[in-house]
Amino acid sequence: MEGPAAAGPLRAVSRFTWRRPRLVTLGQVSAPVAAFLLVYVAALIALLIQSLWTSDAFTGKVIHSWTLDNFREIADDPYPTIIRRTIAIAAAVTVTCMLLAFPYAYFLVRIASRRLRIALLVATVLPLWVSYLVRVYSWRLLLNPDGAINWWLNKLGLPDQNIAYTNWAMWLVFTYIWFPFMVLPVYAALERVPYSYIEASADLGAKGWTTLRRVILPLAVPGLAAGSIFTFSLTLGDYIAPSLVGGPGSSLIGTVVFENLGLANNLPFAAAFATIPLAIMAVYLALMKRLGAFESL
Amino acid sequence: METRATRVGLWAWAVLIFAFLWIPIAVMALYAFNSSNIQSWPIPGFSTKWFSQAWNDEEVRDALWLSFRAGLLATLVALALGSLAAFGLARTRFFGRDAVSFIFVLPIALPGIITGLALNSFFVLWGVSFSLWTIVVGHATFCVVVVYNNVLARLRRTSGSFFEASADLGATGFQTFRYVTFPVVRTAIVAGALLAFALSWDEIVVTYFTAGAQNTLPLLIFGFIRQGQNLPIVNAIALVVIVVSVIPVALAQRLTSDPGVGRG
Repeated sequence: MEGPAAAGPLRAVSRFTWRRPRLVTLGQVSAPVAAFLLVYVAALIALLIQSLWTSDAFTGKVIHSWTLDNFREIADDPYPTIIRRTIAIAAAVTVTCMLLAFPYAYFLVRIASRRLRIALLVATVLPLWVSYLVRVYSWRLLLNPDGAINWWLNKLGLPDQNIAYTNWAMWLVFTYIWFPFMVLPVYAALERVPYSYIEASADLGAKGWTTLRRVILPLAVPGLAAGSIFTFSLTLGDYIAPSLVGGPGSSLIGTVVFENLGLANNLPFAAAFATIPLAIMAVYLALMKRLGAFESL
Repeated sequence: METRATRVGLWAWAVLIFAFLWIPIAVMALYAFNSSNIQSWPIPGFSTKWFSQAWNDEEVRDALWLSFRAGLLATLVALALGSLAAFGLARTRFFGRDAVSFIFVLPIALPGIITGLALNSFFVLWGVSFSLWTIVVGHATFCVVVVYNNVLARLRRTSGSFFEASADLGATGFQTFRYVTFPVVRTAIVAGALLAFALSWDEIVVTYFTAGAQNTLPLLIFGFIRQGQNLPIVNAIALVVIVVSVIPVALAQRLTSDPGVGRG
């Protein structure tokens, strides 16, 4: 049916490769692996090397002599405050996302009909594909003193909110943009809880709350941990939200990196500072691994 | 076995979450049609003038064109590297296989600022000046994984006996690819490409570090917002950015719901 029998040389090649699947694999994988090693991994190494160099304070030219000064400078004001603030906001955002996502995921798994569940899952994931920048910006419009939120608050007879350009605004916006990353793993974890466990718990005399606390919640922990990896890591490295909805006291780790590359033109210091979220994430990932996060990704 | 009160509470919660997710985007979309140039709520009337103003703005058009080219080229690179990697890793086990797949996932596992700054250091170190190509390299790093994941998932869902049957019937490796493998993965490849384009099209975190003085559409908007300039135009462009990224995602969604062959 399909074309003539292959010509001699093609068949020979074919026979040769069929017997040597590893050779074929090597042929297929070598180009992408080489590209990633030569560009991406090499870039990460370049980042580390840059962090050990220094930059001329006046010309901004990078001086190629080895020094740990950049890392020492991290201990100087205001950087420890900024690092603490970033971790605090990342933690607050993570906890808030957990609190919002758990009942929602529970609703999707146990209450919603099949069709509603699918529709809501799509509605939850789709915003991730709406430009991240645009979603941050939309909160600027909402939180604006003349914006929609104050208009509605006034309609309800409530006073204005004044959180635009504060850390509260950053907390709210981060929660908003990373929320879908928390829902998905929590949903997956809850979906795997067999209904018979809940029945067994009820048969053994547990009230609803006890079942929730002693059966469902422990089984959801890996999902919550997996979601927290995203919410935590993404907050640690962000510089867009602080610059759009944050205020003067809202610099985060990402802001420092961003400003040292742009305004201050100090690439080595930016590189050194960028290793902080890497180090924090290494510790965080180790902790979450113990909670079973990786089985839920 | 939830009580009635719990069920009502959970329904209310779900409605609130849905509103939380979508109201900001809906408000943003309404502002794009604001007839006034003052950004206050409620908008006084509807107008499409900002769209034509944006379209006639030289800077906006240049940025649109740059974003479009970068998206297309990054997608092409991602298609080539991502599908090759997926074909290579789908059915084999070898020493270091996990490390290899880890490398491909790394760009989305690490915060974008690290990928961005790393590439920036790399380009500066080698004296590469920023151009369309540096943007493409930056985008390709995280687009590859999308194509890779899609094609890999499809190949894993497809029974290996199809390829063996093809060989048993005397097909060469090329014929098997042409008549069996490619038809099976075709939609997954297209879906991966659509998602890759959607990712590249509105990316900003990495792009900022690899674009130098050039402006992609998101970078242009970011600049406008920070300077508080041209905000009505920003609203209009933002809506366009949303629509252009959501359409490919919706298409990709339909393509990936097409199951693999001979599952088992």
